[in-house]
Amino acid sequence: MEDVDRTAWTGLAVTVVALAAATAFGLWRRRRDGRLHAAPAPAPLPAVLTELGVQEGTPATLLQFSSAFCAPCRAVRRVCADVAETVDGVRHVEVDAESHLDAVRELGIWRTPTVLIVDRSGRVIQRASGVPAKGQVIAAVAPLLEPASR
Amino acid sequence: MLLDPRGPRFAAALTAAVIVAVLVTGSGWLALVQAAVFAVTAIDPRRGPYGLVYRALVAPRLGRPAELEPAAPVRFAQVVGFAFTLVAAVGYLTGVTALGVVMAAFALVAAFLNAAFGLCLGCEAFLAFRRVTGRPLAARVPAP
Repeated sequence: MEDVDRTAWTGLAVTVVALAAATAFGLWRRRRDGRLHAAPAPAPLPAVLTELGVQEGTPATLLQFSSAFCAPCRAVRRVCADVAETVDGVRHVEVDAESHLDAVRELGIWRTPTVLIVDRSGRVIQRASGVPAKGQVIAAVAPLLEPASR
Repeated sequence: MLLDPRGPRFAAALTAAVIVAVLVTGSGWLALVQAAVFAVTAIDPRRGPYGLVYRALVAPRLGRPAELEPAAPVRFAQVVGFAFTLVAAVGYLTGVTALGVVMAAFALVAAFLNAAFGLCLGCEAFLAFRRVTGRPLAARVPAP
């Protein structure tokens, strides 16, 4: 009887801890998900980016990493394709992360979807994991387009 | 294959409830039943037991889904869930209770995140897993 009690109390305690930890993680992730931020050390990576289909000279490329087991990738595709269609000088390139694991390692990508914003000289300017808001993407590519229109 | 995304979330909520019951009762057999549910759902997400409950009891009360989602991420998540609950069941049934508790706790976190936040932990971990284990495809050479 005492054993049953102990199992139940341990199980209950583990349940409470697991649910609290999961809730904290879920809230933290929800706040952060899809937010674009400046990429650390925007060094030019022409070779690896060219291999993925980024063309030098394109004012802004939205380079999206997707995978087969990724529900939000469809939403990101919609956002990026929409921006590429409505804003001149923006190109959307979607690659399958799993078939480019070397590039994934080199670019420091750990999950899909991840979007990199690449400028005309092949520097990764900004990046976001998750689904970015369309307005945020447009605001992020805007400074990359200006020199061309002047 | 496309799915109504609310189905897997409903299934995740039921799964979370079952795993809480596993943790409280310490029943390895219940964990084994949950593992079997994961296995059936991984083979065909539309024939999964919880999915059938969703379609029979819940879906008729809701409107049509605004969006459908691909089945591959859902099936992958079921396989991950199957592995965790199977190890939990083995732990409980062989007397290695600590293993059972830890595995069930991980399964509970994953099921709860899916139900409450629509976040698929197994899918998120997939690329990280492949990054660590995957060899470049160029390592394959044509057969002579």
